[in-house]
Formats: sequence, structure tokens, C-alpha cells
Amino acid sequence: MSNWDRFLDSFFNARVAAEYLPKIIEGFWLTILLALCIILTGVAAGLALAVLRSLGIRVLNWAIIFLVDLFRALPPLVVIALLYFGLPAAGLSLSGFAAAWLSLSLVLMAFTEEIFWAGITAVPKGQWEAARSTGLGFLDTFGMVVLPQAVRMVIPPLTNRTIAITKGTALASVVAVQEILGAAQAGVSFSFNPTPLTLGALAYLVLFLPVVILGRWVETRFAWKR
Amino acid sequence: MPARNGAIVEARGIHKHFGALHVLKGVDLTVRERELVFVIGPSGSGKSTLLRCLNRLEEPSSGAITVDGIDMLDRRTDINKARQRIGMVFQSFNLYPHMTALGNVALALRRVQGLPRAAAEAGARQALERVHLADRAGHYPGQLSGGQQQRVAIARAIALEPRVMLFDEPTSSLDPELVGGVLAAMRELRESGMTMVVVSHEMGFARAAADRVVFMDAGRIVEEGPPEAIFGNPQQERTRAFIGQITRH
Repeated sequence: MSNWDRFLDSFFNARVAAEYLPKIIEGFWLTILLALCIILTGVAAGLALAVLRSLGIRVLNWAIIFLVDLFRALPPLVVIALLYFGLPAAGLSLSGFAAAWLSLSLVLMAFTEEIFWAGITAVPKGQWEAARSTGLGFLDTFGMVVLPQAVRMVIPPLTNRTIAITKGTALASVVAVQEILGAAQAGVSFSFNPTPLTLGALAYLVLFLPVVILGRWVETRFAWKR
Repeated sequence: MPARNGAIVEARGIHKHFGALHVLKGVDLTVRERELVFVIGPSGSGKSTLLRCLNRLEEPSSGAITVDGIDMLDRRTDINKARQRIGMVFQSFNLYPHMTALGNVALALRRVQGLPRAAAEAGARQALERVHLADRAGHYPGQLSGGQQQRVAIARAIALEPRVMLFDEPTSSLDPELVGGVLAAMRELRESGMTMVVVSHEMGFARAAADRVVFMDAGRIVEEGPPEAIFGNPQQERTRAFIGQITRH
């Protein structure tokens, strides 16, 4: 067997691929589910924190900054491990899926809070003044004038960060979630052949390339006419 | 406190500190109904700060301000309600870039005056007509020239039918060829009987339209009077120096 044949047999073994493809496809759907859950709760929580922060209540802002810095500093895998292996000691056990969902949501929340906050502070003071001078109150000014501009401004960093953290769903394989990577690794250990990993990589491409392209589209769609 | 002698704006003893900086040092300003008052002075003289105190965009450190009989500095005054009577136009237009011209003008009609969408848009269209921009209602600010943007900003303010309009250097960030349209809109507003306080260096406009010119320097009103007196025969040395500088060019 030549080296080339050995390479093909290892990474592109048709028999192994056919056997484990269904598992990878199951993992694919699980990854999508997990990713959607994380994006939904993470971005919503991040936006909520940024909105709370703009109320300018000092003690609350300290708490928000502490929380955000904490989850921006901790590696996501450490958060997942803490929640999955640590919480049972406190009498609360989470499924691997729930631990990954909660952990990555917290991390995404921390980053999106900072992104939304940066957008809110980047809206010129004149926008506030113009709206307030017409008699609009704080909440209307914030909701109708400032936030829409802030959100449009932060769409590019927001999509980038969301994609980066959503790829972290692969970390859930560590806590026995059979998402793409988990399913692929299980396949490798049963078949003694790395072809399932090739399938896994392809599955990630199939999943995330459209997301990256969608991100581009959203960026242009949400830019206002100039 | 009721307004005396037809005064719409009455500011008494206004002081404003920004930290250690004493920007306004006891300014008194009275603006009567239908009057157009021009405020001039070197940069840093406090004229913009004074204007921004009148609708409480800046909080004066001390003093008293009534606008249309409403005590602007009373904590119990509903400031959002009071501000509807005071239109303001800014140097940098400050239009909302994510809304069309119509949306910019209609927003406060809907959210502040509580009009249904159709009525708010009808009112907004009327205001845009008054600045001759009805045909630009569907344009976004980024698609309008600076002069058109400023006229939309004027429409946004007059749509609320204010009792007084404040202009903070409305033509200072415009290219010279665009100034005329904004001044024309202001002149028409004046002719409709609007009370106006204008911070600006458009001397030609001041001579032609102002009832009174107020010269400020270093946080105080140095001299005030009809435009021909202030521009033609200023009494104070500082006024003479300033008028000399701005008319020499």
C-alpha cells in the first residue's frame, strides 16, 4: 500500500464514511439546535445588559462590567467544565446540552454586551439632544433613535463574534453531547479510522459557510441608504 | 410666574459652570413675542451654552428661566412637555440617519403628541412643505444636501408648532452656496410671526431680519440693541473690536 493509498484509506474511506454518515447528520442537526439556542439567549441577554447599562445606575453598571469581564476572560471550555462537572457537587446537575448552552450563552452575552455598548456610546450626542429637544423622553429617544443606529453600526462585529462563539459548540463534545465533533470522535474510536472527522469537517463547512455568507448579506441589508 | 410685557423667553441671572470653567456669568435675556434676537460673540463667549440652557439641554448652575410662562428649572415641570414649545435647530443638523425626512419630522408628532401614524405623517408633510422639501419626504438624510438636511431639521422643529425657535449656528457647517436656502427658510418662518433666538455670524441676515442683536463676550452680555446700532455704532470697545474683525473680511 503506497503512502497515498494509506492517506486515502484513512481520511476518505468510503465504507467508514457510509457507516457513520447518519451519525454525523444527527450531530449536524444537534449542532444547529445548540447554535440557535446559544445565539438566541446570548444575543438577547447581551442586548438586555447593554440597555440596562445605558440607564447609568452606577452599582448596576459595576455588576454588569464585572459579569462581562468575567465571561470574556474565562475560556469557554472552562465555563462548560465548571457548569457540567462542578454544579453536581452543589446538588444541581445539568445535561451536557444544557451546560454547553448555558456556558456559551454566557460567553456570547458578555461579548455582545460590549459590542452593543460600544455601538450605543458611538451614537453622536447630537442625536440624543435633537430627540430630547423635540420632547421625546429618555426611553423613546433610546428605543427609537439611539438603539436602531447602534444596532446597525455593530452588525459586522456582532456577526463575527456570534459565528466565532457558535463554532464553540464543538466544545460540547467534551461533555458528551453528540453534536458534529462528538459524533465524529465517537465514529473514530469505533472504526479506528479518522474518516468520520473528515465528514465532521465537511459538515462544519456546510453549516458555517452559509452563515458567514448570510452575515455578509445582513451587513449590507442593514446599512442605511447614504 | 406669568410672562410680563409679552415676553416669551425670560432668563434671569444665568450662571453656568463646567467644572472650574465659568461659562455664563449672570446673563439676563428677554425675548418678546414675534421678536427675532440675534446672539453674536467670539467662540467660547457662552452664546451656545446660553441657548442650550433655554430648553435645559444644559442645566444652568443658577438663575431663573421661564419660557411661555413655564418655569423651566422647576423640578416639577414636565420638561418633555415644555420642550415641545421650544424648537431647536443645531449646527450639525442631527437628523436621524435611519429615518426618511418624513420619518424624522413625524417621530415626535407620533411619540410625543401621540398622533396616529396617518395624522403624524400629514403634519410632517405640511411642515416639509413649509421648508419646500415635500418632494424629498422619502429621502434619507444621507441622500440630501447639507442645506436640505438643515431645512428638514427646521421642519422637524416647527412641526410641533413651538412658541419659540432656537437656532444654534444653523449655517456654520454648510458650504457657502447652500446657506441661502436655509436663511430663506428662516426668513419665511420669521415672516410667519415665529419668535426666534439665533446664534449665528450671518451678519447680512442679522441686518436684514433681526429686531435686536445681543453681543456676548466671556460669559456676559456686553451690549445689545437694534442691528444698525450694534453693527454701525457699537458703544463698547470689545463690541467694536469684534464687529471690526468679522466685517473686515
